[in-house]
Amino acid sequence: MIDRKITQQISSAEDLAKVAAEQLEWQAQYQHRVFVCMGTACQSVQSGAVLAALQTEIKNKGRENECLVSPGGCQGNCASAPLVSVPEQDLLYQTVQPADVEEIVDALAGKPVSRLLCDNKGDFFSKQNRVVTNHRGLLNPESIEDYIAAGGFRALLKALAEFSPDNVVQELQKSGLRGRGGAGYPTGLKWSTVAKARAEQKYVICNADEGDPGAFMNRSVLEDYPFRVLEGMAIAAYAVGASKGYVYVRAEYPLAVERVTKAIRSAEKHGLLGNKIGSMSLDFHVEIRLGAGAFVCGEETALISSIEGGKGLPCPRPPYPAESGLWGMPTLINNVETFANVVPIITNGAEWYATIGTPRSKGTKTFALSGRIINTGLVEVPLGTSLRQMIFDIGGGVPDGHKFKAVQTGGPAGGCIPEEHLDATIDYETLMELGSFMGSGGMIVMDDSSCMVDVAKFFMQFCAAESCGKCVPCRVGTAHMHDMLDRITKGEGTMEELGQLESLCDVVKFTSLCGLGQGAPNPVLSTLRFFKSEYLAHIVEHTCPAGVCAPIGQDIRRPTCALSP
Amino acid sequence: MRVVTLKINDQEMSGREDEDILHVAREHGIEIPTLCQLDGISEWGGCRLCLVEIEGSAKLSAACVTKVSEGMVVNTESERLSGYRKTIVEMLFTEGNHICSVCVSNNNCELQDMSSDLKIDHISLPYRYPARTVDASHDLFIFDANRCILCTRCVRVCDQVEGAHTWDIAGRGIQSQLISDLHQPWGESDSCTSCGKCVEACPTGALFEKGKAAGEMVKDPKFLVYLADMKAEKS
Amino acid sequence: MSVKTRAIRKIDAVKVPSDDKRWLIVAAAMRKHGSAQSALIETLHSVQSSFGYLDDIALAFVAHSLRIPLSKVYGVATFYSHFRLKPQGKHNCVICMGTACYIKGSVKLLQKVDQKYGLKVGNTTSDNQFSLLEARCLGACGIAPAGIFDGRVLGNLSPALVESQLDSWLKESTANETKSPS
Repeated sequence: MIDRKITQQISSAEDLAKVAAEQLEWQAQYQHRVFVCMGTACQSVQSGAVLAALQTEIKNKGRENECLVSPGGCQGNCASAPLVSVPEQDLLYQTVQPADVEEIVDALAGKPVSRLLCDNKGDFFSKQNRVVTNHRGLLNPESIEDYIAAGGFRALLKALAEFSPDNVVQELQKSGLRGRGGAGYPTGLKWSTVAKARAEQKYVICNADEGDPGAFMNRSVLEDYPFRVLEGMAIAAYAVGASKGYVYVRAEYPLAVERVTKAIRSAEKHGLLGNKIGSMSLDFHVEIRLGAGAFVCGEETALISSIEGGKGLPCPRPPYPAESGLWGMPTLINNVETFANVVPIITNGAEWYATIGTPRSKGTKTFALSGRIINTGLVEVPLGTSLRQMIFDIGGGVPDGHKFKAVQTGGPAGGCIPEEHLDATIDYETLMELGSFMGSGGMIVMDDSSCMVDVAKFFMQFCAAESCGKCVPCRVGTAHMHDMLDRITKGEGTMEELGQLESLCDVVKFTSLCGLGQGAPNPVLSTLRFFKSEYLAHIVEHTCPAGVCAPIGQDIRRPTCALSP
Repeated sequence: MRVVTLKINDQEMSGREDEDILHVAREHGIEIPTLCQLDGISEWGGCRLCLVEIEGSAKLSAACVTKVSEGMVVNTESERLSGYRKTIVEMLFTEGNHICSVCVSNNNCELQDMSSDLKIDHISLPYRYPARTVDASHDLFIFDANRCILCTRCVRVCDQVEGAHTWDIAGRGIQSQLISDLHQPWGESDSCTSCGKCVEACPTGALFEKGKAAGEMVKDPKFLVYLADMKAEKS
Repeated sequence: MSVKTRAIRKIDAVKVPSDDKRWLIVAAAMRKHGSAQSALIETLHSVQSSFGYLDDIALAFVAHSLRIPLSKVYGVATFYSHFRLKPQGKHNCVICMGTACYIKGSVKLLQKVDQKYGLKVGNTTSDNQFSLLEARCLGACGIAPAGIFDGRVLGNLSPALVESQLDSWLKESTANETKSPS
């Protein structure tokens, strides 16, 4: 791979500007630049081979001095993977195969390869507002040089030089940024609590344990912008007075782990992490910690006990981690996307950020669109966008002539929102009123081929299997609820049992220790609220209207044994 | 340590600010139900029976892990709370295999007492009838997993008082189970000192002495408080 | 069971269980984290990536080296679904059961494997050829239903695609057997 590597230490804003200018100059000597997406989705369809083929092709044609092919980040429309972009021509090629590269290289100066063109002016792209993912994949995620050339680490050095720690916290408060992990706690307020706590040692933790099934925004942000997340963490460390940080990332995300590990090493090498960052007073060391497959570790107290080497069992709060967290010390825990938002806030100012979004939900949010939808992939929109715009304009609607039924947001603690509420806006409060939840940003679209009782059962199975077992209502209650839903899908449920299911939802919601148990009944409650008729069809008529539990029109009860009388 | 005044069930009282609601209430003659709490070992907050209502908070709080504060208004009894408590105890009965009439702890069982205090006369949730085993490999004691409610009192007492940490919980969720060492027979455990503290701490008939017949096992874990006090004085 | 106990007792806290080079990697992982108790999960990760699974010997070695009670190590190892206490097959097939994959029919993929090879989730074929696992969510929802075949993420799976992948593993192994000199 042709890459330019710098060796010098960066100890001031001037150094940074110099490195950026040199890198831009180096990039400018190439007439053509081509980016091949190396995200998880594209790699799964061999974008690595496409990248290699492009490089070989260019070498064979003797054009190494005018064309630079780099690995890039996620373009968002993962359904059309693998994706290749040519920024000079403002082109995006989709479903590219190694056999196509000759044509692409030949077309670099001339007419585009029309059969591979992806409509990058369409609603999917034009209706988004990218703040966290602003480089649109046109940035080599593994190159600190490219990140610096694109303005990276300027926010950190600016904060260190021009802001007091208090000023940084105030800036965050003014921006109105709220936690992107789900609950939407004001980030500035959290930072100020940790900043005020008195202790010899404080910690900053990046929660990258994205456990919601159907959510991959954090994976994408970590894979594409590892340096930006680290820069956000370092700014946080400066603001709250921490000197040690951890990125807690799921073992299921090997590519993100690899990129973050490399990014930490490379930032340390250039003096942008470690002791005396930018020759100033900030010492900040970051380590990576691997999750080991436990959804509950997304809960902050459970995450802390997992970093301490134990089981991920949640602890009752208070005390909150901001006062007593990792090893009993004040600890700031934010989600990947929250940290990634810090850099644009410091760079462009809180006032700018606060102009995006709604009065109570500021900024943009990334979402993972998936399920029965044409444009699956990663999107970023201002908060306050309506669900309808999201699903029908950006998402392109439901494929194969099927009819939209519901959109599920908020993961296992979320709910299913039906057609009649599609004009609701996406913000923390509105989703909560609809019995759902912002969550980390998963959005799974369901059409008439999905059975809502089966969906509720799916989530309950998830919660039961992921319950840590510490508190009784979550441990036993989720197992009972799953069994009841299972019986309903098999036509063995009764109306009495449905009442019992509803009352169990109430008990588990209000008596469980942590968010996992408290949220576990939500998928049942929301499907009961909007799709009760489907439950009744299973219980009273023994049919599944969507044809999932048994083909449409057939009895869902198991056939009785032919030998029995 | 500051002393704060608060109201529990309309009764004015005071307590140290490092005390939890459960203990302050208990000192003033108000009993809050619990199964996982035991004096002399750390709090766990898992059984959720001690949940109480605190004025101004939408959420219920576990009395054993919630510190008292100035002006706090607590309610420990309501129709809603007793409904929740009943369901939670029902859950415990359906989770294991509890047959009181043949149990060594019959009439000396905290789970049994709890259900009579809460006036539970039948179980409306379906029994799960899990396949569980009895470990009689230890010379002195028996562990009957059918009667275990996973309160972790044995785990905590073994770790915090005896310092052996023979017991722990393996697995998670409904698959959780009490194990010794590397899931070996108790009798083959190297770490077990045979002190018997876990047996005394166990609220049900899950851990008991060999040779006891139905209803013969009586436990008295009060000595744990003295041990804890002595330890605190020493340090 | 008693045999197992004796084997564990013999393990010296300082010495590695055998002269297998892979133990050096594990020991290095522990040292990197200061041999502190908090290194437990990272150490178990290194054992599993070196040996493929965690057996009693490994668990006891880790417990002694990090001075953590055996039952606590066992508790942690069984709490996290990533850790496996049983050996795995030569090949590994992980099917994602996240919401997007579920909606797009990942159950049918598992049914196919069960139907054709008689293999249920969490199990390994009797000839140790391959193991079938499920994942909570691979975060590859854009290409649902997805799976991982020997570390390679594949998307837009169909029962037929899964079948052809597994068959290619079987073919490869029969080819290797005929090649072997014995």
